[in-house]
Amino acid sequence: MAVKVMIPTPLRSYAGKRDHVEVAAKTVGEALSSLIAEHGDLRRHLYQDDGRLRSFVNVYVNDDDIRYLQKEATPLHDGDTVSIVPSIAGGTNPCHSGPGEEPAFCVKDGEKRIPRANPALGIKDAVER
Amino acid sequence: MAAKTATPEAAPAAALSKDEILRYSRHLIMPEVGMDGQVKLKRARVLLIGTGGLGAPLGLYLAAAGVGHLGLVDFDTVDFTNLQRQVTFGTSDVGRRKVEAARERLANLNPEIAITVFETKLTSANALELFRDFDIIVDGTDNFPTRYLVNDACVLSGKVNVYGSIFRFEGQATVFGYPGGPCYRCLYPEPPPPGLVPSCAEGGVLGVLPGIVGSIQAMETIKLILGKGEPLIGRLLLFDALQMRFRELKLRKNPDCPVCGSHPTVTKLIDYQEFCGIRGEEAAPTVNVPEITPRELKARLDRGDDVFILDVREPHEYQICQIGGHLIPLGDLPRRVNELDSSREIVAHCRSGKRSADAVAFLRQAGFRKIWNLKGGILAWSDEVDPRVPKY
Repeated sequence: MAVKVMIPTPLRSYAGKRDHVEVAAKTVGEALSSLIAEHGDLRRHLYQDDGRLRSFVNVYVNDDDIRYLQKEATPLHDGDTVSIVPSIAGGTNPCHSGPGEEPAFCVKDGEKRIPRANPALGIKDAVER
Repeated sequence: MAAKTATPEAAPAAALSKDEILRYSRHLIMPEVGMDGQVKLKRARVLLIGTGGLGAPLGLYLAAAGVGHLGLVDFDTVDFTNLQRQVTFGTSDVGRRKVEAARERLANLNPEIAITVFETKLTSANALELFRDFDIIVDGTDNFPTRYLVNDACVLSGKVNVYGSIFRFEGQATVFGYPGGPCYRCLYPEPPPPGLVPSCAEGGVLGVLPGIVGSIQAMETIKLILGKGEPLIGRLLLFDALQMRFRELKLRKNPDCPVCGSHPTVTKLIDYQEFCGIRGEEAAPTVNVPEITPRELKARLDRGDDVFILDVREPHEYQICQIGGHLIPLGDLPRRVNELDSSREIVAHCRSGKRSADAVAFLRQAGFRKIWNLKGGILAWSDEVDPRVPKY
């Protein structure tokens, strides 16, 4: 089945800057596997180490959440759209961490606090640095 | 006669002054608002969490529309980088408390309304108390801990949460916490671990985007107050500004939701930093590398010393400003290291000195010995050596 997988803005840099890819897949799981086969960097952002989809990434077939369908076994039909919808917090400085103390992943940059680079997590330096 | 004299008092017009009727006339002549609706707006109490990018159109439109009591929560001060999108503020507000600058702007826009400001971070200790005097909470924050806090406090206190969030060119909006409807945790039970959030890796937002998403939140807030139309309950609106495309996804109430489900496990506000994995995060070790100050570097260059300047920023940053360095972005350094001559003295720099410290550490591991990090980066260069170099 030819389906369209929509890639959200935060993940486009891991998918060759594409906003969608067309793949052939019978299920949602197959569609995501094809996507990862093409763009390996996405795996870390979509799946936990144990192979489960990350809980801050939701996947939709057309306008419905696969958690309420058959999860990754949800069948796909020609022309379906699979959407990856991660949670986004907004804002331009993730070190505005809200209540409580400054998070440890931030470092001081003059007057401001900015995210610390973390190669282990694949974080390049923030543009703001 | 008695009936006649009673009539004027019974009319809803009594709730609006002559000035208000003039001010809101374009609402009043719409049957969807009318006098009844405008009085509802006047009686409404809306709390805005955040007065930044989303909070700007929210505050301006809700004040202009005549929402009778607006609360503003923010702990921040206005800086120059805010002005690109936080249109409540003017250049003369830089350095002022955001809540104060916003109060002044909104009071000038509409002196008929009451504005209460709370110059504080929203915390688990104050959220329920702050929410108490308001009917609708609007989430215009910029971080996960506060979003979960706003959500949980709304569910626990039975308040509606008008949600909007943005990332670069993309926005999301919906209404959480409406009786019978889903909450934020139904959509995303858990936050991303710190660091894996792509927003950490890429800053920036197109200034108009919060204007659009915040305006959608303002519209939903007004619809909820009026009780008109179809609010975004159970629907997640996605907006892609680059494609200029709106999409809508179904949002369901999760019966097993830890906050709003049938057997909730979260029954009071928790530590949201910890929930978001932030406090437990180990601080990455600080990179200790040989440094040179901008003044020292300038003196050496003026003496005519042979110093090779390596700029490890990204190409789009190089376009903003540069100090004559050879550009190799940090991420490209491993495969382009052969462009460097280890027999020459090298000073690496970036914007603030952090990426270049990583670059120096990497190059020292690769066998480079005559290499220094420019302390404070191009920002310090601008402060100490050449103020013509713009800061960003």
